[in-house]
Amino acid sequence: MSEKVNELRMSNQDVVINLDSVSVRYRVPEERFGTFIEYMIRRLQGRVNHRDFWALHDVDLKVMKGEVFGVVGRNGAGKSTMLKVISRVLRPTKGRVWIKGRLAPLLELGAAFHHELTGRENVFLNAALLGHTQKAVEERFEHIVEFADIGSFIDAPLRTYSTGMVARLGFAVATAWEPEILVLDEVLAVGDEAFQAKCHERIRYFRESGATVLLVSHNTQVIRTICQRAAWIDQGEIQAIGEPDDIVAQYKGE
Amino acid sequence: MREITINDTPVYDSGVKRSKALEEVIEAYNYRHLIFQLIRRDVLTRYKRSILGVAWTMLNPLGMMIVLSIAFSQLFGGTRAYPAYVLTGLVVWNFFSQTTTASMNQMVWGGGLLGKIYIPRTAFVLSSIGTGIVNLLLSLVPLIIVLAVTGTPLRISILFLPVSILAVAAFSLGIGLLLSTWAIYFYDVTEMYQIVLTAWMYLTPIIYPPEIVPESFRVWIFNLNPMYYIVSIFRDPLYEGIIPPINQILIAVGFPIIIMAAGWIIFSQKSDEFAYRV
Repeated sequence: MSEKVNELRMSNQDVVINLDSVSVRYRVPEERFGTFIEYMIRRLQGRVNHRDFWALHDVDLKVMKGEVFGVVGRNGAGKSTMLKVISRVLRPTKGRVWIKGRLAPLLELGAAFHHELTGRENVFLNAALLGHTQKAVEERFEHIVEFADIGSFIDAPLRTYSTGMVARLGFAVATAWEPEILVLDEVLAVGDEAFQAKCHERIRYFRESGATVLLVSHNTQVIRTICQRAAWIDQGEIQAIGEPDDIVAQYKGE
Repeated sequence: MREITINDTPVYDSGVKRSKALEEVIEAYNYRHLIFQLIRRDVLTRYKRSILGVAWTMLNPLGMMIVLSIAFSQLFGGTRAYPAYVLTGLVVWNFFSQTTTASMNQMVWGGGLLGKIYIPRTAFVLSSIGTGIVNLLLSLVPLIIVLAVTGTPLRISILFLPVSILAVAAFSLGIGLLLSTWAIYFYDVTEMYQIVLTAWMYLTPIIYPPEIVPESFRVWIFNLNPMYYIVSIFRDPLYEGIIPPINQILIAVGFPIIIMAAGWIIFSQKSDEFAYRV
């Protein structure tokens, strides 16, 4: 027992993302109650039935500092739920999560963009959503616009932008500050090849400067080329953790 | 439980049990720049495509005042400077009805963001109140002009106004938080609330003077209605030119503080469930 505790303490030195038997339960009402009155009547009658759906079940995961860690799995396997637990959006129903370091989530690029505001105004708004101050944005502003490569469009309303431009701006804002942990959910599928190459370049740069990257993708090629370790998740449980090549092979042969 | 302390490294630990209400206060403070940006967004986008832009914030209550004055100034003829009377009431009522409705709608319809990235759950409600304060300050401009034109010059009592504004803001924050919590479980609340608001407005002396209500009803209609006191302490320093009586101030400030604390605590307790719902 004490040996195990020791081992844990040793290895915890470099762990930046730790999931400790994490479970997430969604409670799906078996029927939808239209109104409050209806619900109260049913509740008083004791006839509100919930179906429990465990999106994650007893997940243990440790991601080390500086690692590029990939997660593969089918749709609905629990990948997104896991990212939400890690990025503090969902609190686990059971178990414990801890994160060491400043986390930059890139779950949905430009999810917070407002289409009537200009690109410039959106940069400030989106950066604030990520917890940055106005001053910090002003310092990096040129840098963001340059990376997004949208030129004079920066002062036009966002509704005049193409989808690719919106995605580029979103990526540029989210990665303008060197994050200690970068969480990427399928975002590398957007934009043209030149932009994707730029994204990969930036991720490589973050990794070299010691950041940890957690990457969720359907694209097993990306997982195999840029990740050092990977996990395969299915039906809310981790099926295997290990070398990306092995994990992808297992996932494909499931 | 192990304590994890790393210098200068922010740590999130779902296992740490702290008071949720307190944690929400700390996070709302940490994200104050976001709340500022959300206010800015709301103020800027509201009239983005209109020619008069922000001027509408001032023209809107003025238009209402003109309509109500034409309709009711004969009926309530005994009221001195009726347009000024009705406008002082409308400005504070609009603040309350708009901010509480906006808080609820932003949580229910704009809450999708809460399921994507972490931000303090109170951010939308706080920014709705902030937007309301900006609009209220803007509508003070036409209000002061109307007061002057109708023969009520500004008196020193206007210095009391910040207290009145904070009272209505605290009350709206509390109600907004309670409604948002409720509306996430039952969308119907958003519709029901509009009816409640209409009834509530007619039960508060906004467009009529309190004297027209028979003495025997006043206890029920006014004494149990927090908005009655809030409207009073807003109207007194402007329209009457007096500092409100101390017992009115105590109720008009004390009640909002209780509602605000209750709203904050209940909302924070439930907020972990929001991402599962919205």
